Amino acid sequence: MHTLFSVFAKEFLDNLRDRRTLISALVFGPLFGPILFGFMVTLMLKQSVVESDEPLQLSIAGSENAPGLTRYLEAQSVKLIKVDLSQSAARDAVRRGSVPVVLVIPKEYPSLFAASSPAPVFLVADSADSTTRKTADRARRVLAAYGGTIAQLRLQIRGVNPVIALPLAVNDVDVATPTGRAVVVLGFMTYFVLFALLMGGLYLAIDSTAGERERGSLEALLSLPVPRASLVGGKILATCAYMAISLALSLSAFVFVFRFVPLDRIGMSANLGWGTALAFFGICLPFIPLGAALMTLVASFTRTYREAQTYLTTVLLVPTLPIAFASIYSLKTQSSLMFIPSLSQHLLMTSILKDESVPLLDVLVSAAASLTLGVLLFWLTARHWRRESMLG
Amino acid sequence: MIEALGLSKRFGHVEAARDVSFVARDGEITGLLGANGAGKSTCLRMLYGVLTPDSGRACINQIDILGETSRARAHLGVMPHATGLYNNLTARENIQYFGTLHGMQRRMLKSRITELARMLDMQEFIERRVKGFSQGQRIKVALARALVHDPGNVVLDEPTNGLDVMAIRNLREMLLTLKAQGRCVLFSSHVMQEVAALCDRTVIIGRGCVLADATLQEIRRRSGRESLEEAFLQILGDAEGVS
Repeated sequence: MHTLFSVFAKEFLDNLRDRRTLISALVFGPLFGPILFGFMVTLMLKQSVVESDEPLQLSIAGSENAPGLTRYLEAQSVKLIKVDLSQSAARDAVRRGSVPVVLVIPKEYPSLFAASSPAPVFLVADSADSTTRKTADRARRVLAAYGGTIAQLRLQIRGVNPVIALPLAVNDVDVATPTGRAVVVLGFMTYFVLFALLMGGLYLAIDSTAGERERGSLEALLSLPVPRASLVGGKILATCAYMAISLALSLSAFVFVFRFVPLDRIGMSANLGWGTALAFFGICLPFIPLGAALMTLVASFTRTYREAQTYLTTVLLVPTLPIAFASIYSLKTQSSLMFIPSLSQHLLMTSILKDESVPLLDVLVSAAASLTLGVLLFWLTARHWRRESMLG
Repeated sequence: MIEALGLSKRFGHVEAARDVSFVARDGEITGLLGANGAGKSTCLRMLYGVLTPDSGRACINQIDILGETSRARAHLGVMPHATGLYNNLTARENIQYFGTLHGMQRRMLKSRITELARMLDMQEFIERRVKGFSQGQRIKVALARALVHDPGNVVLDEPTNGLDVMAIRNLREMLLTLKAQGRCVLFSSHVMQEVAALCDRTVIIGRGCVLADATLQEIRRRSGRESLEEAFLQILGDAEGVS
């Protein structure tokens, strides 16, 4: 116990004086994520708000061929910009990017329209460009609506009830709560939280193992009359402390950042106050020893700081794997998934964000599973430290 | 007193130590002399118990290092090949860390560090962070770290490696002080002059075997050569089959 505490105190102090560790543990890890995230979300929200508010702008060529369509579009408050382009010229203009979307009405339109045959119009757009794709989609919807109106009129003229042409009445019922919709956006957040958590201990895990070896202090340390397990334990404990600080900072930053994100403007509310942050801290706490032991174990096998850095960057991606699977298969929170560390934390945090009730048993299973794996990794690390090959 | 009793160690196909036996006595400086790769470090590592010998035993003050590691190490100070220090800690904190790991009480540790600072002339930089220390200052801190628990036996692996002339001179004086205090000092080196200048007893190692274990005069007499260098060369040459 005494050894454990001495090693802990030394590693804590040593790294507190190391600028690199401090910046990555207490600045980069916890602050970079939330700020970047808040910025991204704000940008996304702003974009979606702006697009649906603004009137559709459409370049039209050959509008004189379809006065009825032109009037309809204007009545739908589509801003029409009349251009004089042939079909191939329009294609070139769009390809060059000088015009976003062009509606071309060919010469044969009036005669075919009058004969009640399908009258061709050309919507020239670049579907690889996400912003013009949205404009083209909106144009397509307006054109379809015009088509529908004309079809109904034609049926009426021929004495047929136009309702016959509407065999289905599709009603969209969206059950997503305002918060639920926000979760799609906020789902990323859980990864940023786990990332900050691991980042907090990254450099300490490296410094206390590969760093110790590289600067040549390891052999002296190993020749002391202390059990290796308590050396490793103290180092892992110090790593845990940095990770906990990093996690706390990261969550605080998230709470702070979300005060400035205009989620309410599109009818969403993000359930992220101090209470939620505290709950998140509790949920992630059991993941800390697991991450610390994992990083220490991996770093113990490496010879140099640089080598350890390379391997541990990969370790940083490990918690993303279950989360990635979860989003691909859109897994819902269920008790059987609570045995998988990082995924269970992700699901529990998401549930809380969605304002769903979280069973206490799930929280306990998640904690127990993470802690068990953490203890196992600690045992493996201690076993490796007892080996002769540890000297290098 | 440090005893090597028939130590053997093999790494794969390489026999790093073959039946190595010698005794380093209290109040004497014993030098372990050998070329690079002769097996000096392997022997020392077995003596301070970070390597387990395939056969044989190592004892510190007649306590088996593997049987009672902690009790044996309480009598042993170690300065390994690389004298790595923690750059972000002060000299005092570096020494203190090892003291606490030896289980020393705070008050005792404080007075011990004051004593070591005086003995090794470190008062001037004891409160400064180690980053930027000269080699001479570093070696003093590393030695103080090895001596913090006041051990009767001190093992140093190639302590002069990479040191400048002044630092070597300092180290030599420090080792003589340790000897005068009645401690058992065992150090390894591949530099003959160093061993000749310091040691009461020399153990020559080549290809993992003890080739000679004697005082300098005995080595000189046995080889029949006047110059020490030639005497060493002859002993080493016989073993290498070069003659």
